[in-house]
Amino acid sequence: MSASRESILARVRAAVADAPETPEPARDYLTTHTPDDPAAILDLLHENLADYRAIVHRATEDELPALIAELLDTHGARSVAVPEGLPAAWLTDTSAEPRTDEGPLTAYELDAIDAVVTGCALAIAETGTIVLDAGPAQGRRALTLVVDLHICVVRAPGQVVASVPQAMPRIDPTRPLTWISGPSATSDIELDRVEGVHGPRTLEVVLLRD
Amino acid sequence: MSGTYLGMPSFPRAARDAVQDVTLRANLRHATHTIRDKRAKAVAELEDWARLREAGKQIKNHTLRHLDRYLEQLEASVTAAGGTVHWAADAAEANRIVADLVKATGQNEVVKVKSMATQEIGLNEALEAEGIAAYETDLAELIVQLGHDRPSHILVPAIHRNRGEIRDIFRKEMGSWGRAAPEGLTEAPADLAEAARLHLREKFLRAKVGVSGANFMVAETGTIVVFESEGNGRMCLTLPETLISVVGIEKVVPTWRDLEVFLQTLPRSSTAERMNPYTSMWTGTADADGPGTFHLVLLDNGRTDSLADEVGRQALRCIRCSACLNVCPVYERAGGHAYGSVYPGPIGAILSPQLRGIQSEIDASLPYASSLCGACYEVCPVAIDIPEVLVHLREKVADQGGKGHRVERAAIKAAGWVLDHPAALAAGEKAAARTRRLHPRTLPGAGPWTAARELPELPAQSFRDWWKKNRTNGKKNRT
Ligand code: SF4
Repeated sequence: MSASRESILARVRAAVADAPETPEPARDYLTTHTPDDPAAILDLLHENLADYRAIVHRATEDELPALIAELLDTHGARSVAVPEGLPAAWLTDTSAEPRTDEGPLTAYELDAIDAVVTGCALAIAETGTIVLDAGPAQGRRALTLVVDLHICVVRAPGQVVASVPQAMPRIDPTRPLTWISGPSATSDIELDRVEGVHGPRTLEVVLLRD
Repeated sequence: MSGTYLGMPSFPRAARDAVQDVTLRANLRHATHTIRDKRAKAVAELEDWARLREAGKQIKNHTLRHLDRYLEQLEASVTAAGGTVHWAADAAEANRIVADLVKATGQNEVVKVKSMATQEIGLNEALEAEGIAAYETDLAELIVQLGHDRPSHILVPAIHRNRGEIRDIFRKEMGSWGRAAPEGLTEAPADLAEAARLHLREKFLRAKVGVSGANFMVAETGTIVVFESEGNGRMCLTLPETLISVVGIEKVVPTWRDLEVFLQTLPRSSTAERMNPYTSMWTGTADADGPGTFHLVLLDNGRTDSLADEVGRQALRCIRCSACLNVCPVYERAGGHAYGSVYPGPIGAILSPQLRGIQSEIDASLPYASSLCGACYEVCPVAIDIPEVLVHLREKVADQGGKGHRVERAAIKAAGWVLDHPAALAAGEKAAARTRRLHPRTLPGAGPWTAARELPELPAQSFRDWWKKNRTNGKKNRT
């Protein structure tokens, strides 16, 4: 082990040797700020997603293929990245060219694809956040990053929680995680908000009735 | 490319220049006021804010008390997840480690996520000296880097530049570093952002090595966390084959669950959002997703000195939200550059002298770059009592310098500068008056400095009058 490792740890120990013992942190903060009502939680998710300029839709399983086709069409998307495990039925109505992540796709190949359709691991209503964990229907992190249009399907109420504290126990920290709250944004130029400097400029979210 | 902080003038000299810069002050004022008003609203949404703040404080205090244990646990979990952990005692060692790791990949360029720690150690300059180009990819950092400039705010580093200046910088400089700015680039923020997107995407797609800092590291799981807005962070963290993260040792938290506190308090305190657009979390390496090689460089660089100071160590709780900058009447007038450090504003005034020591003129003057109005403490999401630490550090500065000592002169001049700027102080007094009911009878933590007297009730005597009187009499008390 390196000399610096030993010396840093020794300096830490010396620094806190006389420090008073600290109690276990109190966790008397709330686990949710929202009434336990699935419909209200879903409305809150909808509202908060839209507030951060995601475009939000609601659909049933039957309506989904047509909606996805329509969204791809509206944005003029002619190719669509398809993560492993995406239900085949979701893309039956679109004529956009499907691109599966075989090879896998290089960053340059991803850059040339117009859209990506994914599911998610979880959505958090109070913050308007979607959590991706690279599980089924989500793909590698690069898929939802390099491609400019992201259409994300959230199953409700099954994949929706009210708050961050409710989300934590349902997320596996050993997986690669991306938390998304609205499209890529910057406020670096005189604090004017501009969408999409580097990530997808458009985020369409479909709240799918379970 | 970016400037160095060596040989910086002391706070009052740098601040004087800033105050004369009308553009800078107008930009700063607009920015700080916009952010702080929005922040107040975002915080008010959470009725348990005070408890979250207290929990954040306690988690950090507990971690710092057992920092050795949590660092060892972190090292074990990162290693088990496929990463490699390095330890750097100071800036030179950290730079050496990173440069060697980059060279071992055979590459001569890296893409970078905005990071205070890598700025603190001057990593870009160190890599440049080794023939490695480090490209900043955060829009604001790009503006700063292309402008051969230094960042002036933790969160919005180019806050001192307006859109016209940014367009000029892009037009003039982009071409020499990669894809040039489009013909006829306007100063519309959307056009400027688009120019940056095209310029940087070229670099992201070919990047083989990424360099980042981190907001948190979880000891229990080895998970590293980066909060950001633009997606440049995600690009740097996932597209390259090798990822090197340089992180201060104080950024560790014990458990996965601890993040639930900071995921609620950090975005609301910093960008005044319920959640920032992107948060990336990774644990070692993942099969076929993201970099196949991950290095974590744990940085001391003065942190253990700060840890040894029982009053000052609370500065290590800082989660770099920048809320204290936006409420500080002195920062608003002086600007970030005046603090002569990557850490500006109230947190910079206590952190920089602790990390670097108080021997230099600039570091000795920083604890005086404040009106002690207490607004920074009120907004801090981990309840760092900045005024307490400022007063504590003033005692130390006074202790080290004899009569006529140049360092003490610089310090007193800083205090003079603050007192001579009525607008800065008026804002301070207003904040003080607003929180009057909460005021203790003595200045928080002022210790021997004010022990001999009680703080007068505000506003029975103005804060400024009290301060002036105290400062004149205070010399005796401070020695
Ligand atoms: S000192 Fe507190 S308010 Fe200031 S940046 Fe750090 S955490 Fe934020």
